Amino acid sequence: MPAEALKCKECSTAYPLEARYVCERCFGPLEVAYRPPSSDAPALKRRIQAGPHTLWRYADFLPLEGPARSALPTGWTPLVRAHRLAERLGLREVWIKNETANPTHSFKDRVVSVALARALELGFGTIACASTGNLAGAVAAHAAAAGLPAYVFIPADLEPEKILSAGAYGARIIGVEGTYDDVNRLCTEISGEREGWAFVNVNVRPYYAEGSKTLAFETAEQLGWEMPDRVVAPVASGSLFTKVARGFQDWIDAGLLAGELPAMHGAQALGCSPVAQAFAAGTDVCRPVKPNTIAKSLAIGNPADGPYAIDLARRTGGSIESVTDDEIRAGIRLLAETTGIFTETAGGVTTAVLAKLAEAGAIDPDECVVAYITGDGLKTLDAVRDSVEVARIEPRYEAFEAVEAQEVVA
Amino acid sequence: MPVTVKLPTQLRAAAGGAAEASADGATVGEVLDALYAQHGGLRERIAGDDGELRRFVNVYLKGEDIRFLDGLATPVSDGDEVTILPAVAGG
Repeated sequence: MPAEALKCKECSTAYPLEARYVCERCFGPLEVAYRPPSSDAPALKRRIQAGPHTLWRYADFLPLEGPARSALPTGWTPLVRAHRLAERLGLREVWIKNETANPTHSFKDRVVSVALARALELGFGTIACASTGNLAGAVAAHAAAAGLPAYVFIPADLEPEKILSAGAYGARIIGVEGTYDDVNRLCTEISGEREGWAFVNVNVRPYYAEGSKTLAFETAEQLGWEMPDRVVAPVASGSLFTKVARGFQDWIDAGLLAGELPAMHGAQALGCSPVAQAFAAGTDVCRPVKPNTIAKSLAIGNPADGPYAIDLARRTGGSIESVTDDEIRAGIRLLAETTGIFTETAGGVTTAVLAKLAEAGAIDPDECVVAYITGDGLKTLDAVRDSVEVARIEPRYEAFEAVEAQEVVA
Repeated sequence: MPVTVKLPTQLRAAAGGAAEASADGATVGEVLDALYAQHGGLRERIAGDDGELRRFVNVYLKGEDIRFLDGLATPVSDGDEVTILPAVAGG
């Protein structure tokens, strides 16, 4: 399904497949448009199944010209049947798409893989990004593996785990005094001035965003070429959320899947919930907010794809929900205790929203639900610091027995 | 009161290639109107038929999104900087 053009999502103006992201007529976002697949569904399926165990097995649905490859293999992460979590929530079939299993422990490896591959095709020599944390690490690592210089721009108050892990790959780290939205504004300006720089989520954003479709492709393939009934996924800019649905839709259109899109539920932290607020208010105008939440990877106060996320939730019978910081911490705990998967705050948001929907009776107990756990708990350790107790003892058996006795009494 | 308006690369062709312009006005809205008077092609790109900003256009006054201020009615002072940028980035 070769890419054909970049098309404005607002006014449909078409542009060549270059490094551009904004419609010059109306400022709407550009999205990759494809020609219909040249192969029939059985041939596409065979080609996918013969492909590598990385996101490149879906190259037929990605916007690259040449053979797709990357120095840091990404994707094909586990889809885990979460029996114990389902039981706790009174549901039958809950699956966790475990994106912590990617090379830099978040789904951002997918979008960066596609953005970097396309940036190389377009002749760029430097990779950059505006990041809430996970993207910084992914850009730094993939650039290092490809031998390209990388610049990552982050809010200066980001979690140290995310700053240090990005720095370890040798990227130039610029800590901007301000929110992510300030960083984003700065990077939008810089990208207009620095030719030769591919900002993965600015000037090559249309290609970058396509990488998130592979979350849907993998899920469908791992479910035996079926779609779930319901999806819960985090919403920051709204890009992942809308592209997961786009991935399912691509495969419906290609004849690889039958049926309707899943009900799409978006998850936000209450302290940064412009999309959830607009959804609740019945509008598609996301009023920007100043983020104040422990879920820093979702702390985008001015979400680019907010209106599309709201439209998607409405037309699929889903919703956009928000949860408090305490609920986020409880969500991290719930997922870890029932699945063995330790997620960062964004995954806490997703799990907490899943729990909230289950509690409210919004999920039919017989439905198949997939929750996207997009990042690793080791990157946001502060979120669990106060919830873990260490029993400190002398190295004597009696001392151990004594604390065990205390534990039983407590 | 002249205010400097910084234009994104996507708008420069419609402004004769300029990266910035100087425009007069007491509010952000008036400054933009003065800008449209200089470069007629900019109006339809920045504003909808109702005169409000298009939904994927962000306008900043001294680095602050005007939606956190008084929108187009936000007062401006001599020498202020207004920046227009596409909203479609990030995430």
